[in-house]
Amino acid sequence: MSAAVGLVAAGAVAVSLRGARRELDERTAPLAGLVAAFIFAVQMLNFPVAAGTSGHLLGGALAAILVGPYTGVLCVSVVLLMQAVLFADGGLTALGVNITDMAIVTTVVAYALFRGLVKVLPRTRRSVTAASFVAALVSVPASAVVFTLLYAIGGTTDVSIGKVATAMVGVHVLIGIGEAVITALTVGAVVAVRPDLVYGARGLQRKLRLRVNGELVDAPDSPGAPEPVPAAARSHRKVWISGLAASLVLAGFVSFYASANPDGLEKVATDQGMDEKAEEHAISDSPLADYGVKDVDDARLSGGLAGVIGVGVTVVAGTGVFWAVRRRRSEDTDDATSPSGTSV
Amino acid sequence: MGAGHAHRLYRHGHSSVHALPPHTKLAAVFAFVVVVVSTPREAMWAFAVYAGLLALVAYAARVPAGFLLKRLLIEVPFVAFAVLLPFVAEGERVDVLGLSLSVNGLWGAWNVLAKGTLGVAASVLLASTTELRELLLGLQRLRLPPLLVQIASFMVRYGDVITDEMRRMRIARESRGFEARGMRHWGVLAKSAGALFIRSYERGERVHLAMVSRGYAGSMPVIDESTASRAQWSYALALPSAALVVCLLGWTL
Repeated sequence: MSAAVGLVAAGAVAVSLRGARRELDERTAPLAGLVAAFIFAVQMLNFPVAAGTSGHLLGGALAAILVGPYTGVLCVSVVLLMQAVLFADGGLTALGVNITDMAIVTTVVAYALFRGLVKVLPRTRRSVTAASFVAALVSVPASAVVFTLLYAIGGTTDVSIGKVATAMVGVHVLIGIGEAVITALTVGAVVAVRPDLVYGARGLQRKLRLRVNGELVDAPDSPGAPEPVPAAARSHRKVWISGLAASLVLAGFVSFYASANPDGLEKVATDQGMDEKAEEHAISDSPLADYGVKDVDDARLSGGLAGVIGVGVTVVAGTGVFWAVRRRRSEDTDDATSPSGTSV
Repeated sequence: MGAGHAHRLYRHGHSSVHALPPHTKLAAVFAFVVVVVSTPREAMWAFAVYAGLLALVAYAARVPAGFLLKRLLIEVPFVAFAVLLPFVAEGERVDVLGLSLSVNGLWGAWNVLAKGTLGVAASVLLASTTELRELLLGLQRLRLPPLLVQIASFMVRYGDVITDEMRRMRIARESRGFEARGMRHWGVLAKSAGALFIRSYERGERVHLAMVSRGYAGSMPVIDESTASRAQWSYALALPSAALVVCLLGWTL
């Protein structure tokens, strides 16, 4: 099973090797290597959520948007490979699964969504930021779904997959919100400075120039430097509101589900906890426990059992932080941010 | 790169394990982990034997126990999860020291702990007896695509540089009085990440130009071709074969 997934992963990596060579030709090795080093480093950058807890970027969506899908898959795969080889070989056996759902699924889903959205939305920098938000937001739960599917195929017990999926997706949507905010902000920052470097915004750049030539009215306005700043701020506010709404709806739904159906979920939990055979790679995998890719791994472990615990804890913590921040916001009215993106 | 040419995980030495060709070691560790994972968790003695085998390897490699144990700490965050299992899992329960624990959960926790620890220990041994560059060469010998190995070697080579760049940005932020305390500071951190990306990418372009000016045309020259003799292979594979015997015994007994 894990061998079959390994084959899928190997195939996908081979395809993206070819694709990346087409994108970058002989610049592939240094550029992809450096971008992989960047992903590696940026995963260590901690984003404090609230007192004590902090999240960090997973980087799949970010890589896809910044350097393109093929190179993105390659970079994330290489990061995973090096982490597995260097830091815990238990990960070697699960490397196929890891690459499939963390490198391939996140990047491909994120990029497909991103392209679609960029095509639909008006061609502005703001829409690039918005599209990367949505892309990152969806990519994380998508990888959770794929992991659940893989687990369903490989798992020995006939667990009700729907419930596992609910728990997995629940946790991952919460993580995804954090990922999405950070990704959108980062893409926004790069687009503001070097839009030519952002692979996903290449079409955008050309279009902007055309429009400047066509309509003289827009000409002084659009290339102006101050534009990206309000864009970032605006999407900020909107992002927070939508993120908060999504997480609240989701949290409510999941906790309702959990409380309405405790036996079922706990059964799932037990069964999953039981045959850890498949999952325990994910644990020993612990690529960089110091640096912590533990978001994913934690969430993975949370296949069932920790899914319930995780959602519960996140909801409680999230609500607590929400109240705390709300109270503070009433005191200082400026941009107190909502705690929605708790990627604990 | 300022930190010397060896990764901090590597422990310099001249033992017989150090001297083995890297690809034999990689294959051995991979096979060992596969065997360990496929052992039934009820065969507790088997895991003790595995640990003994690894201890033998560590002894042969002259890796001190303290070093190995310290490196094993990397596992701790994941152990925390295993510790929770007996309390939360359902099913038959036993009373241990006044606590009601789930039998299934206990087995699950044991399973995670034993296999995870063995896997991590094996990889720690591999990383402490094999230089990074050699590991990459070994991967190439094991038929990993050369381009992938090149990308990985660039990542490894510049990982420290990029991390250092990030550290300098953090120092710059902090020396200007910034301290990331909550989500309202994400914007600043994300701008740092964006700047880091631009710097990495531009560094990649410069690296490429430097390589081209030294005659790079898409493939790296192989300077030291490492080959393994039959004796070396059999020496390296002694570990997984011994483990396999134990595993088979574990299934039959």
